[in-house]
Amino acid sequence: MSIFTSIKMAMRNIKGNKMRALLTMLGIIIGVSSVITLVSIGQGSSQSVSESINDLGTNLLTVNISNTDIPFTLDDVDKVKEIDGVKNVSPVLSGRVTLKNGKTTSTVSFTGSNASYEDVRNLSISNGRFITDIDMDYRQKVVVLGSDTATTLFGRENPVDQKVLVNGESYRVVGVLASKGGSMGQNSDDTVIIPFSTAQRLLGTTHITQFYAQADSQDTINRTMLMIERNLYEVFGDADSYSVANQQDVMDTMSSVNDTMTMLLGGIASISLLVGGIGIMNIMFVSVTERTKEIGIRKSIGAKRKDILLQFLIEAIVLSALGGIIGVGLGLLATKIYTLATGSVAAYSLSVILASFLFSLAVGVIFGVFPANKASKLNPIQALRFE
Amino acid sequence: MMVEAIIHMRDLIKQYQMGDTTVTALDHASITVKKGDFVSIVGPSGSGKSTLMNIIGCLDHPDSGEYILEGQTVDKMKDYQLATIRNENIGFIFQNFNLLSRLTAVENVELPLIYRGTKAKERREMAMESLKKVGIADRAGHLPHQLSGGQQQRVAIARALVGEPPILLADEPTGALDSQTSKEIMEVLSQLNQQGHTIILITHDPEVAKMGKRMVRISDGKLSEVGMNEHEYLHIH
Ligand SMILES: Nc1ncnc2c1ncn2[C@@H]1O[C@H](COP(=O)(O)OP(=O)(O)O)[C@@H](O)[C@H]1O
Ligand SMILES: [Mg+2]
Repeated sequence: MSIFTSIKMAMRNIKGNKMRALLTMLGIIIGVSSVITLVSIGQGSSQSVSESINDLGTNLLTVNISNTDIPFTLDDVDKVKEIDGVKNVSPVLSGRVTLKNGKTTSTVSFTGSNASYEDVRNLSISNGRFITDIDMDYRQKVVVLGSDTATTLFGRENPVDQKVLVNGESYRVVGVLASKGGSMGQNSDDTVIIPFSTAQRLLGTTHITQFYAQADSQDTINRTMLMIERNLYEVFGDADSYSVANQQDVMDTMSSVNDTMTMLLGGIASISLLVGGIGIMNIMFVSVTERTKEIGIRKSIGAKRKDILLQFLIEAIVLSALGGIIGVGLGLLATKIYTLATGSVAAYSLSVILASFLFSLAVGVIFGVFPANKASKLNPIQALRFE
Repeated sequence: MMVEAIIHMRDLIKQYQMGDTTVTALDHASITVKKGDFVSIVGPSGSGKSTLMNIIGCLDHPDSGEYILEGQTVDKMKDYQLATIRNENIGFIFQNFNLLSRLTAVENVELPLIYRGTKAKERREMAMESLKKVGIADRAGHLPHQLSGGQQQRVAIARALVGEPPILLADEPTGALDSQTSKEIMEVLSQLNQQGHTIILITHDPEVAKMGKRMVRISDGKLSEVGMNEHEYLHIH
C-alpha cells in the first residue's frame, strides 16, 4: 500500500472523529504554541537588551574616578587617549538644568562632553552640528538639544541658531540629536549636551569624575582595559581610586541570563510537548482497541502486519503534524498578541518553529509506535470475533 | 477430463488446549476442491466449521497435516506470506458482512486492491465493475449503515470478488438475513458459481447447504462426503 493512500486513509479516520482528534492534538498544540511563544518572547527580550546596551556605544569602557584628592584633569584624559588601542575619550559631567525659551521652561538632564562624545555614544545629529573642539577650547555657550527637548521648547520651529536660557544664561542652539527612543530606563531624547569646559564652569568644578574610552575593536578591548587601568594606577598609586567597566561584560551577563531564561521556558514547553505525545499514545491505544474488528477485517482481506503498523503510525504522525501546524499558527498568533499588548519586541526564529514542529512529529512517531505495534500484532481470528 | 484441484487438504489436525483438556476441533480432516466447485460444508454448532474455514482461508495454521492451495504448500507459511495468499487467493464473505462502517460501499470493495497496490483509478473501476456484478452499483456511494442487510452482503460479496481470487469462502453468509433475502444472496452465489467462481459455503442450515453442487458434513472435527442420495434427500426435505 502506498504512503499516499495511507495518509489519505488516516485523514479520513481523523475527519470521522473531529472532536476526538482535536482533544488528541490538544497537548501537542499547547506544547508547540507555548514553545514558540515563550522562545520568541525570550529571544526578543535578549535581543532588545543587547540592542539597548549597544545603543549606549560600541566597544565602550566607562571609567569612574572616586578619588577627588588627586585632581584628574583634561590632560590626564588626553594621556589615556594616547594609549595604544584607545580610539576616543570623552570626559563627562552631568546634572540637571532648567531651560527657557520665551515662556516655555523645561528641566532636563544635561551632559557636558567633547566632540568625540557623538561617536563614543553612537549619537547622530538630525539638524545642525554637534559640539566641536573649538567649542571646548573657548568654553562656548552652545547647546545640542535632544529631539524631545527641541520639540518641547521650539515646537515645530527650527531651533538651530536660536537662543535658549540655560539656568538663566543665554546659549546658542547649534544642533538637534536624532531620536533614539528610551533605553535602559532613561529617555535619551529629553536631554541637552554642552561643551565639557562650559559644563565645568556651570557646575563650578575642575574635577573629572567620569569619562568614556572607546576601544579600537571588540577583540582588543580587554587588553585596552588593562592598559588604561595600568595608566590610572600610575596616576593614583592605588587601585581603589578608580574603576573601569566594560560594556560588553554587562551585555554578556544580561544576555546569558536571558538565554538561561529562554532555555528554561523552552524546556518547560518541551515537557508539555512530551505530555502531548503521551496523550496521543493513550488515545491511539483506545483507538486500536475500538478498531480491533476493523483490524481483523483488514487482515482477513490481506493487510500485512506492516500495513496495519503503518496505518496507525501514520495516523499518529498525521495527528501530531496537524497539531504541530495548528500549534505553530497559534504560537505565532499568541506572540503577535503579546507584542501588540505589551509593546515589546519578539524575535521569531525559523529554527525554533521548525524544531518544535519536527519535535512534535518525532513525538508522533515515538508515541505512535507502541499502539501501532499492538494493532499490527493482533490475531486476525480473535480480532474478527471482537464486537 | 481432469479438473485441477484448487484445494487439497490431507489429515489436518487442529487442537485447542483448554486448561487440562484438549479439544480436537479438526480431526484428520481431508478434502479436495476442484476449480468451479460449489461445496457446502454443513455441521452443527461446535463441530469445527469455523476452525476449518480459518485454515482454508489462511487465517490460521493447522497443527499438522498438508494443505496445498493453488499448487502452493501453505500449511507452514509465515504470517506475512499468508497475508499475501489471503489477498490474492481468498475472497471472504462473512455472516455479519464485516464492512468498514466509515467507508462507502465502493471504498469497502476497493480494500483488497489497496493492499495489492493497485492504482487508485484502476481500483475504482474494478470496484464499480464488481458492484455491478452483484447488482448494487447504484449504491456505490452509500455508507454501510445506509444499506439493508441484503445490500450490505452484496457489497461484501463484491469485495470478495474484486480481486478475482480463485476461491470465495462464505461463512454462514445468510445467517443474519431473513429467508427472502437469504434466497437472493444464495441466488447471487449460484450465479457466480455458474460464471466459474469456486465457492466454499459453510453453514449449519441444510436448506442453504443444498444450493451447493457438493455437500460435506463435519461433525466433531471429522469430514465426510454426503452421498448423492442423501443430498437428494436433503433437497426434498
Ligand atoms: N480459540 C479457541 N480456543 C479454544 N477452543 C476453541 C477455540 N476455537 C474453537 N474452539 C473449540 O473447537 C471446537 C470447534 O469450534 P468451531 O470451529 O468454532 O465450531 P463451529 O464453527 O462449527 O461452531 C469447539 O469445541 C470450540 O469450543
Ligand atoms: Mg462457527
